[in-house]
Amino acid sequence: MHIHFLDPYQGGSSPIHRTDPRVKFVLTLAFILTTALIPVGAWPIYILLITIIISGIILSSVGIIYVMKRAVLAFPFMLAALPLVFTTPGLPLFSLNIGAWEITMTLAGVERFISIALKSWISVQAAILLTATTPFPDLMVAMRAVRIPRLIVAIFGLMWRYLFVLADEALRLIRARVARSGDSGITGFNSGGNFSWRARIAGGMAGNLFVRSLERSDRIYVAMLSRGYDGEMRSMPLPEMKVSNWIALIVGGMILSLLVILSFLVGG
Amino acid sequence: MHHSIEIEGLSFAYPDGQEALQDVSLVIQPGEKVALVGPNGAGKSTLILHLNGILSGNGRVRVCGLEVEKENFGRVRAMVGLVFQSPDDQLFSPRVFDDVAYGPLYQGLPQQTVKERVAESLAAVAMDDYAQRVSHHLSMGEKKRIAIATVLSMKPEVLVLDEPTAGLDPRARRSLINLLHELPLTMLASTHDMLLVKELFPRMVVLDQGQVVADGPTDDLMDDKPLLEAHGLERPY
Amino acid sequence: MLFSPVAMHIPDGFLSVLLSIGLWIISIAIVAYALRRVGKDLGERQMPLMGLLAAGIFAGQMLNFTVIGGTSGHLMGAAIAMILMGPWAAILIMTSVVSIQALVFQDGGLLVLGANIFNMAIVGVTVAYMAYRTVIMIAGKKKVGVLVAGFIAAWLSIEITALSVAIQLAISNTSPANLAIPAMAGVHALIGIGEGLITVGALAFFLSTRPDLLQLSETPQVGSKMVWLVGLLVALTLVIASPLASTNPDGLEWVATQYGFLGSAQEPLYRILPDYLFPGISNQTLATIVAGILGIVIVFGVSLGVAYTRRNRQTSGG
Repeated sequence: MHIHFLDPYQGGSSPIHRTDPRVKFVLTLAFILTTALIPVGAWPIYILLITIIISGIILSSVGIIYVMKRAVLAFPFMLAALPLVFTTPGLPLFSLNIGAWEITMTLAGVERFISIALKSWISVQAAILLTATTPFPDLMVAMRAVRIPRLIVAIFGLMWRYLFVLADEALRLIRARVARSGDSGITGFNSGGNFSWRARIAGGMAGNLFVRSLERSDRIYVAMLSRGYDGEMRSMPLPEMKVSNWIALIVGGMILSLLVILSFLVGG
Repeated sequence: MHHSIEIEGLSFAYPDGQEALQDVSLVIQPGEKVALVGPNGAGKSTLILHLNGILSGNGRVRVCGLEVEKENFGRVRAMVGLVFQSPDDQLFSPRVFDDVAYGPLYQGLPQQTVKERVAESLAAVAMDDYAQRVSHHLSMGEKKRIAIATVLSMKPEVLVLDEPTAGLDPRARRSLINLLHELPLTMLASTHDMLLVKELFPRMVVLDQGQVVADGPTDDLMDDKPLLEAHGLERPY
Repeated sequence: MLFSPVAMHIPDGFLSVLLSIGLWIISIAIVAYALRRVGKDLGERQMPLMGLLAAGIFAGQMLNFTVIGGTSGHLMGAAIAMILMGPWAAILIMTSVVSIQALVFQDGGLLVLGANIFNMAIVGVTVAYMAYRTVIMIAGKKKVGVLVAGFIAAWLSIEITALSVAIQLAISNTSPANLAIPAMAGVHALIGIGEGLITVGALAFFLSTRPDLLQLSETPQVGSKMVWLVGLLVALTLVIASPLASTNPDGLEWVATQYGFLGSAQEPLYRILPDYLFPGISNQTLATIVAGILGIVIVFGVSLGVAYTRRNRQTSGG
């Protein structure tokens, strides 16, 4: 039983898939930064941003449904911003009486909440698009290109490689526990143990995983030594940046900067 | 008297669409010892996971007279002991005693009963003195036996094993076979070890591509060379 | 399918840009230093070790245990990583975990990744380190000492990290301080117990299986006193600042305005309740308590929401 679904990459040959990963990586980060900079009232710009990202999703053939399902992850956190609706001073919209208290929803509060929700939702889609169209090894190339230290990228790489193996093991540990979690059927004996016991059992399982991770790392280290590893991270040189890549980066950067400038003119 | 295992028209597909089981039907009577054989990817492990509700497909699965569905999972898991292939993935407590005690402890049985169950189970797998040992440091053969003990302590009616002899050296394997021979439980074992099948399991079910392609006396099926070859199996002698 | 604890991974859009960038700079500096230190301590072994342990912690975060009814508890792992590997390596490991979670699984944003690294990898680890060494000094290095120290270190790592998140949300004007802070502190006080117990379970496993792995006889490394001090300062700062911030939100806002986090043309915020509710009883305290309860409900809602969407994601195959 393998945890296929942990890998977010969706194969394909769309123009987005074929774009250089470094360009995609930088533009995604720039896009998210742009989104974060847009002030509260600049609704037209938010709409523009949404159109951009949805066009990207369509262009990539990854599927809107796929992206939206994964984007749902950001939603629950929005609850944390909900109180803003009531606490931001401004034009009152609507009042609620709860017991002895009266809380007032304000226009400014609603606007602020919506802008946070939109920023979050738009940013998460951009990140999903990036990982859906870029296999992880390519993402590592992009990381090296932006000068993330080679050691860190190497650690990520090894972690990625063994993530699925260990996730499989975690899943099997859980299955083994489930298989032994039965009900005696005798009244008076409640199954399940108590919270503290269950937490410690989970801890033992975690300990089991960690010890195995450590021991496995020893075997991997030996294998690496046997192939000449000496501590230095050597990898293939990064491919040449084609002119088209630079153009894409510059044009993308210009468009995003324009959006930011516009947004301050339009709203705020 | 109920069947130990009754599977009727079971079909199952993984979330990614891969069809793992197609219309599988199987009945196992109390006391029977049945081997489940077939090539890798046939669906043997998938089938086993339906027996205690870890996976749920279309069709009917009944264990010891109980439908394997959500409200019965607790009872089912107490009655069907599943022993998985890798002992490392099943021994998750610091000491052997803790791992073997998990089942009865989870069921809320009294302390004294728990201790008795642990002692009995360890004795049944001939590892009486291992209670205070650290599971992680044991040999593969010892771990496999302890894994069986962790399930025996629940006093199940049926024992289901996934590749019991995989990874064992000849001595440990012989020792395990003797152990399984002694256990009076209804048994279903998924295995590649055809010699084990010949020795211990009078009935054999052949699974290939998610379908039951043969179900009969081991001696007869073992003589059917074309059948074995067609499904990636070999006679061991 | 992601199983990290609730409400710690901040998504993009929730923190002010200035704060995000500031925390990025701090995190990069600390992680860079950690890289050099670990390189010196472990040499070439560090790469497979860090990589595998990071994968182990990531997978370990999938292990759940039932709390009540349908809710589950999970591991964060900063304390365990620290106890196993020491603070610098733990910072690297948790940084890897948090980064991959954000990058690949969108658990936490990318612009705010610096903040998430700061909270979970840096604050979480330094506080755990401070607490662990302190308790060990008092309770001794025997089994009981280790387990108690582990529990307290784990609990504190969760609680203080939660406070850190809450304050960042408040400074960014995303969540009112007098709601966010008691809410996060309250909910994570409970979650921290789960983390503490899991940590104890894992430590018990190590103690019986590979006691050599627990650096019990570790001589204090050069610079580890620094880590201890930083951990203590962070913990104290957050613990003292939080109640102040939540009952005196104007003070927090004043600070934020001074440092330019908020536009200067904004009016005082955070007035949920009027000043004159019950004669004689301090409304500030009442307001904080009620706000805290409300907030706890909200954070709980966030947790359930996250767990629900993740479970749905799993069953629908991603």
